[in-house]
Amino acid sequence: MENNFFIDSEYLSEEALEKKHRLETDPSSRKNHMEYLPGMEKIESDVCENVMAHMKSYDYGKYTPEDVKAALEHENCTVEDFKALLSPAAEPFLEQMAQRARTETGKHFGNTVYMFTPLYIANYCENYCVYCGFNCYNHIKRMKLTYEQIEKEMKIIAESGMEEILILTGESRSQSSVKYIGEACKLARKYFRMVGLEIYPVNTDEYKYLHECGADYVTVFQETYDSDKYEQLHLLGHKRVWPYRFDAQERALRGGMRGVAFSALLGLSDFRKDALASALHVYFLQRKYPYAEMSLSCPRLRPIINNDKINPLDVHEKQLCQILCAYRIFLPFVGITVSSRESAEFRNGIVKIAATKVSAGVSTGIGDHEAKYSGKESDGMSGDEQFEIDDGRSLDKMYKDIENEGLQPVLNDYLYV
Amino acid sequence: MNNNDKLIIGGHEFNSRFILGSGKYSLRLIEAAVKDAGAEIITLAVRRANTKERENILDFIPKGVTLLPNTSGARNAEEAVRIARLARELGCGDFVKIEVMRDSKYLLPDNQETVRATEILAKEGFVVMPYMYPDLNTARDLMNAGAATVMPLASPIGSNKGLATKEFIQILIDEIDLPIIVDAGIGRPSQACEAMEMGAAAVMANTALATAGELSMMAAAFRQAIEAGRKAYLSGLGRVLTRGASASDPLTGFLRD
Repeated sequence: MENNFFIDSEYLSEEALEKKHRLETDPSSRKNHMEYLPGMEKIESDVCENVMAHMKSYDYGKYTPEDVKAALEHENCTVEDFKALLSPAAEPFLEQMAQRARTETGKHFGNTVYMFTPLYIANYCENYCVYCGFNCYNHIKRMKLTYEQIEKEMKIIAESGMEEILILTGESRSQSSVKYIGEACKLARKYFRMVGLEIYPVNTDEYKYLHECGADYVTVFQETYDSDKYEQLHLLGHKRVWPYRFDAQERALRGGMRGVAFSALLGLSDFRKDALASALHVYFLQRKYPYAEMSLSCPRLRPIINNDKINPLDVHEKQLCQILCAYRIFLPFVGITVSSRESAEFRNGIVKIAATKVSAGVSTGIGDHEAKYSGKESDGMSGDEQFEIDDGRSLDKMYKDIENEGLQPVLNDYLYV
Repeated sequence: MNNNDKLIIGGHEFNSRFILGSGKYSLRLIEAAVKDAGAEIITLAVRRANTKERENILDFIPKGVTLLPNTSGARNAEEAVRIARLARELGCGDFVKIEVMRDSKYLLPDNQETVRATEILAKEGFVVMPYMYPDLNTARDLMNAGAATVMPLASPIGSNKGLATKEFIQILIDEIDLPIIVDAGIGRPSQACEAMEMGAAAVMANTALATAGELSMMAAAFRQAIEAGRKAYLSGLGRVLTRGASASDPLTGFLRD
């Protein structure tokens, strides 16, 4: 089964529709996704090559229950062990994997669970990524917050007690310039202890600028590490350039960021290969930049406005849990974030096994925190969501639920130096 | 135990030789450490203390307990110095545990940068307690830089693997005229006891308690183990046969004058 991503909006002009259909059906109408666009910085790095070599040769069907048992017995999990843990042969060992993952999480993180909230400041986008609610052909209410509106939103979030914020935009350099994002970071530093960014990939000097503005953590999702599949899903715009996106974390670290986060969007392609590549991306970059902090996320596809049928296909909760346990056993020191795309039940369970960070009080829309936090009637001045969330718990509720699970919620463990 | 047997750090006296490390933090852990393990010094990561009203962690620290802020998160000497100064501003006192790490996987300390930070902070009047990889030359440099103690790691932090660096810690105990506090990697009370028998001045632990089944019972076990090890050290360990048997006829019995 496949997702049907192609939805035509009645609001598109005939010309736009024609272009959209051409992009969807005629590969020759699309730009070369492996070719850098003007202005995109190219860095020398062998990380991508290393990750791809492993991913291409990964034959997960060849692993046996014996390989999985051996992997679970080894004190240090090798790359080969990790491949076994991600394979279908490991599925019957999920409980044992969870036990081992819990031990590793405890050794490195104790009982702590970190909390954060995302803040979307704009949803304009110049890309056609077929699964995303913000894609340029999707008819949604677009909005970009002014600095005053950003500050107002931040105040409301800060009043809830949140100390870590993740600033997001749609991927539009013209609407959401680096300068605009930098100003948002400066405002965020006034209200939060930790400021992270999830924006379009930029060059090293731009990451440096954003770091100086107060951001210290950069998240870039590769979506899928299979560049051929990537090409079929990202049909238009700068996001289409796959290798520039791959090197984003490395540029961010060179620009002075303390940490970087990684992920594939599970459900887009072969999830076992994508999970392998995500973790190896971390593994190889950590060897090169040993001082950097790193974390993994694990988003699964979600329904979007105008396409409520989108789903993560064969990545069910069991598979997701297997991936997260394998991540934890292979990379015991990395943070693992589980977002509000997942249900409250799943998140309550997974923080006891492998996850170390959860979002709370989440909105993926633009400028609607007042309405969502206070229940106040919306003034209609808000932009639409990127995707539908599942777990809508507030910070208070989440905090209490984490405590009730016998864990220690942590709002901040971070210092900008 | 001899009431005069005090742990003295930078002119301050302590009765307890158990120090609670930072890392895994909870009110229950602090309570158990103070009540059951007898801790008089509690480490606190400044990055964790840097919170707003909702969970002001400084409020967790009982009165009469000495706060030992650490510089975790520092990647070089300059950052460690900045964090130490911030700790002072936050009202954490003059004690500071230097932690400089350039490795997010094993969290091993960077000895060179640690010496640099120690030098700067000792001059500014801090009671500097540097976390280090047990290397004699570095320990001497730290002493000369004005450190109040030297804190070698027993094994990688959080690993609960015990005294993996035992031989090298022993060298520090034998050669350095400062209290040697064994930090990181102590997983069981028996390991803490062993460190104390060797002549360590104190033991720091966190994960071993935080991840125990019964927190307060484990805290009490650490207290007893540390006291037992200290007593053994003070009493002078008896003959310990490490290899083979001892000759009943002395080899030097033939010597006449």
